[in-house]
Amino acid sequence: MEQLIQLQHLRKSFGKHPVLRDVNLTVSRGEIVGLIGPSGSGKTTVIKTMLGMEQADSGTTRVLNTTMPNRALLSQIGYMAQSDALYNRLSARENLAFFGRMKGVGGAALKEEIAHVSQVVGLTDALDQRTTGFSGGMKRRLSLAIALLGDPELLILDEPTVGIDPALRRQIWHELAQLRDRGHSVLITTHVMDEAEHTDRVALLLHGDIIALAPPQVLEKQYQVPTIEDVFLKAERED
Amino acid sequence: MRTLTIAQRVLRELWRDKRTLALMFLVPILIMWLMNVMFSANSTTTATVATVNVSSTIQRNLNRVDGVTVRPQPSRQAADHQLVSHRVDAVISYRPSNNHYRVTYANTDAGKTTLIKQALHAALTKQTIDKLAGANQQLAAIVRIVNPTAPLPTHATKAPTTSDHYQYGDADTNFFAKIVPILMGFFVFFFVFLISGMALLNERTSGTLDRLLATPVRRSEIVGGYMLGYGLISIIQSTVIVLATVWLLKVEVVGSIFNIIVVCVLFALVALAFGILMSTLANSEFQMMQFIPLVVVPQVFFSGIIPLDSMAHWVRYIGMVLPLTYTGDALTKIVMEGQGLTDLGGDLRALLIFLVVLLVLNIIGLRRYRKV
Repeated sequence: MEQLIQLQHLRKSFGKHPVLRDVNLTVSRGEIVGLIGPSGSGKTTVIKTMLGMEQADSGTTRVLNTTMPNRALLSQIGYMAQSDALYNRLSARENLAFFGRMKGVGGAALKEEIAHVSQVVGLTDALDQRTTGFSGGMKRRLSLAIALLGDPELLILDEPTVGIDPALRRQIWHELAQLRDRGHSVLITTHVMDEAEHTDRVALLLHGDIIALAPPQVLEKQYQVPTIEDVFLKAERED
Repeated sequence: MRTLTIAQRVLRELWRDKRTLALMFLVPILIMWLMNVMFSANSTTTATVATVNVSSTIQRNLNRVDGVTVRPQPSRQAADHQLVSHRVDAVISYRPSNNHYRVTYANTDAGKTTLIKQALHAALTKQTIDKLAGANQQLAAIVRIVNPTAPLPTHATKAPTTSDHYQYGDADTNFFAKIVPILMGFFVFFFVFLISGMALLNERTSGTLDRLLATPVRRSEIVGGYMLGYGLISIIQSTVIVLATVWLLKVEVVGSIFNIIVVCVLFALVALAFGILMSTLANSEFQMMQFIPLVVVPQVFFSGIIPLDSMAHWVRYIGMVLPLTYTGDALTKIVMEGQGLTDLGGDLRALLIFLVVLLVLNIIGLRRYRKV
């Protein structure tokens, strides 16, 4: 199986405070991996290291068979941050066009891309509205649409379902599953444990360590509990 | 290519933010208009003086001085009462026994005190001269009686006359004429600094900077895009500030207005790069505002409004690392001496060095947010 993300023995500390102790993580082509951990466990730092925004103190970070940080490679990664990060004075279409051009998509291809991704997230009718008037859910969907621009092989989504109502959350997971079935890989962070059931494999991040990396059903069996949330609580107690 | 896209986006966002746009162009005009109102107000000092026991000659001489009004009083007590109740600005009382003038100033306005001092001095001098002239004539008359053939100095020795000519401005040119070019540069800096700093700060706090850096854009393209977008705005803004200053304040410009605009735009670009750099040190709009007393205001003190020649060496060295110093110098030379851009090599070179250094620092500074 081709591995799109390979993190080996990542260590990172901010000042004296260690954030990542020994992180090992792989994401293969065509799978959704959930990175799960409580607030402050280092999820965002793992993601920022993959994107080259942070650099690990030691260990190797390889994404799409390239050592990060690497600027040019970023065009092949779709990234969605925790915050919506939209230009509120611009319309949805202008936001998409701007980030599309930044990713290196231009001209006629950009038009097609915008039409395609806005259809995927169901924002076609709202394309020419300014994002100031968008509801929280619409902003999240537009944010996801931006990550999808350029049809990247790898999607890195930081808490994409925070503050989203259940119907929309289900819709986003449905879309991610479709993307996976088309051969994309997704790394997604969340602190909502029951969302982990939607993923193919779960990585439990606790105090800067990946304490488990396996399909959710396997973990539940291994810890002899019914849900991932219980797995997490048990793992935390044992730690 | 990406630089252009970023610049275009910056301009489009700004265009839709009508209030900021209004602030950028209308506030400088408002400020200049206010300065015009303040500075063109009648600035002649007037003073009223109560006199006690002062001869009518001195009173007449005092009255002759521009702006001085004399109000003779019957007694010290009455005069002091006038002073206490703020109806006069000074009391002059004369005691013939020891030929002494005692002056008590209200001294709540240093200008009035100075005026009264000068007026009394002039009045006394005039009295002395008049007396001398009178004594001289009497002496001549006596000499003529004693010895009619003695050679006497003729009265043709008239006082010499003077006439004033001004290389720059006219008789009404005052301190403000000197500070206007510096203030013009200051306002350019102030407005550009704030708005560019806020813009990048917003981009950082809203998370769009992170998202931008998650694309293959170069850090230099981001800095370039901002410089281009806000640079275009600052060209218009500097032009507005310069024209408002020249027309509203009726500043006599010996050199060319175009040269002033060129210097101001160059300075605006420095302010732009400076604002962007400072914004990376701030975590909120409020912290950005805190840079005003720290970075913006002190520049005024070192910019040449207050002459630094007589101050300690270290004070002058501080002035040398502040860009407003060079701008103020260049603008003063254009406005008052009519120098061309080629004569201002040193100042322009200094500003260019500031610009390049700040740009490089900005590009390096973005490394904080992405390691490549």
